Amino acid sequence: MIASLSLILLCQLAGEVFVHGLGLPMPGPVIGLMLLLVLLLMRDRFAVLARGPLQGDGVESTSRGLLANLSLLFVPAGVGVVQKLDLIVDHGITFLGVLVISVLVTLLVTVATFLLASRLLTRERTPP
Amino acid sequence: MSSNPFSLWVYLSQSPLLWLSVTLLIYAIADAVSIWTHRHPLANPVLHSMWIIGVFLRLTDTSYTTYFGGAQFVHFLLGPATVALVVPLYENRKVVASAVLPMLVALAAGSITAVASVVLLAEAVGLPREVVLSMAPKSVTAGVAMGISESLHADPSLTAVAVILTGILGAITVTPLMNRMGITDFRARGFAVGIAAHGIGTARAFQVDAVAGVFAGIAMSLNALVTSLLVPLVVMTFLLR
Repeated sequence: MIASLSLILLCQLAGEVFVHGLGLPMPGPVIGLMLLLVLLLMRDRFAVLARGPLQGDGVESTSRGLLANLSLLFVPAGVGVVQKLDLIVDHGITFLGVLVISVLVTLLVTVATFLLASRLLTRERTPP
Repeated sequence: MSSNPFSLWVYLSQSPLLWLSVTLLIYAIADAVSIWTHRHPLANPVLHSMWIIGVFLRLTDTSYTTYFGGAQFVHFLLGPATVALVVPLYENRKVVASAVLPMLVALAAGSITAVASVVLLAEAVGLPREVVLSMAPKSVTAGVAMGISESLHADPSLTAVAVILTGILGAITVTPLMNRMGITDFRARGFAVGIAAHGIGTARAFQVDAVAGVFAGIAMSLNALVTSLLVPLVVMTFLLR
């Protein structure tokens, strides 16, 4: 488990170095994610790489453990927001109302586009 | 051993141990309630943990800085957890690969809607310009959103409030909304909540369905990239004419 966690941290570290080194406007962990994906795919192709955390469900089970409690990780930031609610006191209801409508509209537009696109594309592929 | 309970409190309230324990304990209870209600949307463990801890800090007159001294150990894990999102992605790579095109189309539509809808609505109801700008990146993960807000000379802490509230709202509304619309494709449901409600929405998606979680994670990561380019563009189009 420690080796798996180290591998995850190293991927994140490499991502941060890459992003800050090149001054890119993206989060370092996202680059770390892609790096780990490349490692996992290479492991499947080259048996030599299947060592340590990359063998026998090592990094996979540690990652699943982290993700099983993903909600917990937002609590500290959320508590910070509770402390700053006075920022929206002036426009509280309008502020919240705008967010609610925007969230609902975004959910509907995204889900409708996804379904429409996947239906059109599968229809094109299947012969009539 | 301290004989005076107050000096014991003074000692403990300054140490990370107390606030880390409080965070984990309150979350464990909120999560148990969430499981007990079969993951009912309104029993969202993030929502209930944050207000209960918030009230507790207010009652004990504890500053957020002191609290964060303990909670930072949990907060830190957000980065590694983002890297860990690759594992469900890797395990479902065939499903993901077959849906690349729908994802890209939905990403474009969803990112634009997320930014444009909030900017236009907030303008229409007459919120001050600084508030409108602070709300614009509300659908991406907090770290990226605050960076965007800073580059617009808006208020990053107001952005953080909008981001967290958006995440909670998305996590609460997605399941009833999708069920009412009769949408059963968990790829589409997950992708939508990842675009609209970033990590908090993704955490919700993983509670409902593994495939939904995978698509939410992808949507969240892609949206962070697109939105940082999109917000300045939308702001220039709609606000600076």
